Amino acid sequence: MTFDFDQVAVRDVSRHYGRRRALSHITFTCRAGEILGLLGPNGAGKSTLLSILATLLTPSAGEIRYGDRTANEAGPLLRARLGLLAHDLHLYPELTARENLEFFARLHGVADARARAAEGLERAGLASRANDIVTGFSRGMRQRLALERALLHDPRLLLLDEPFTGLDDASAAALVTRLRELRAERRLVVAATHDLDVADGLLDRAAVLRDGRLIAIDEGHGPLRERYRAHIARGALPGAQSLEPRAESPEPR
Amino acid sequence: MMFLRVAWLVMRKDLTVEVRSREVLYTTAFFAVSCVLVFAFALVREGRPLEDAAAGILWIAIAFAGTLALGRTFERERHAETLRALMLAPASRPAIYVGKLLGILALLAAVEVVLVPLVGLLFHAAFLSRPVLMIALLVTGTGGFAAVGTLFAAMLVRARSRDVLLPVLLYPITIPVIIAGVRGTAALLQPVPDAEVARMWIALLAFFDIVFVTLSLWTFEPLMTE
Repeated sequence: MTFDFDQVAVRDVSRHYGRRRALSHITFTCRAGEILGLLGPNGAGKSTLLSILATLLTPSAGEIRYGDRTANEAGPLLRARLGLLAHDLHLYPELTARENLEFFARLHGVADARARAAEGLERAGLASRANDIVTGFSRGMRQRLALERALLHDPRLLLLDEPFTGLDDASAAALVTRLRELRAERRLVVAATHDLDVADGLLDRAAVLRDGRLIAIDEGHGPLRERYRAHIARGALPGAQSLEPRAESPEPR
Repeated sequence: MMFLRVAWLVMRKDLTVEVRSREVLYTTAFFAVSCVLVFAFALVREGRPLEDAAAGILWIAIAFAGTLALGRTFERERHAETLRALMLAPASRPAIYVGKLLGILALLAAVEVVLVPLVGLLFHAAFLSRPVLMIALLVTGTGGFAAVGTLFAAMLVRARSRDVLLPVLLYPITIPVIIAGVRGTAALLQPVPDAEVARMWIALLAFFDIVFVTLSLWTFEPLMTE
């Protein structure tokens, strides 16, 4: 039995840690074939939101619907359709690159785990280092391996937390190309990033967060960095409101 | 079938990691041996150990070494947040718990292979006078301790003071297991081993194991959801 969905709707989601508010009344929708950016300064709530989207955290209030179901309703069927590249890379440093990919492929029930891991290693440019333990890898190599780990099981929704960290220019360009391919395959991609220069031109829309609040959904034109600065400046003003994507918004690129 | 496959995968991964690093095995075995040696200096006078001391020392060493192994094993999962990756997999979460439990049991079994002969040697304890009963005591006792310990160690993996909280939570709940282990072992170490009493304690330990494993399987998923 499989589960599929074309959109993820975040509805009035809040998350509190004791008295500290990490997210407050977040509402937006992410559609298939779209790369949605999560932008905001440190502590804005981007990673918390990604963890909630990944079903690793439960919201204190509100709900997220994956298609027509919530995480509780879909259960493991939903987890089979989620891929997460977190800031901590979710790799076992004592295992080789191949062992890491094969382990996670088998855990996700991928049919031919060995072949799939070999494909992933090839795509990550790590085929020649497949039998080396991950401890000896640079941050960029681990980042590429972790991305392949997140994609092993063909997730419908890919969640990326700072995906460009540690990547050199060539690797970042390769990742941008890969993300465009995923968009063309009508996957849903949500990426939290501070790397506005790389993200510029890649993101279809961006949710701008500050202090746990959604201060804007950016769909504008012009340099992303300038738009981001303008949103952050406006969001600092009292009375700034969350914006839903416009109904007449253009189809994702 | 899928449940067992996931448990096997997780256990095999844990053992592969341990075979590569040998970190948990060496530290746990070293700690357990040190513990036994200190007790041997304190409780063995002129070559004669205190009566029934061997049973107590064996189970204290197992409990302390087990706590250390649990902490280190889950610290490893915390380091790169791999426990979250396990939780994100579509696999049954209780199966992941069973895999972790089996990995810890394998580690503790390896430590006990060193520990039992050492305590036997230093305290003149004939642990192998009734080998089947002794092995049954070790299996059921270690199983009960590790069943609760695995649950708590997983639950505390993101707690800031997890190193303090683990023994604080674990020891009060596993005291019945330790007591049953000590009394059962002491019964086997009598000049004439009391097999009936040992069997009674083994049955009690088996009952604890069933209760602890059932409760852990039942609560693992909700406890691991933040």
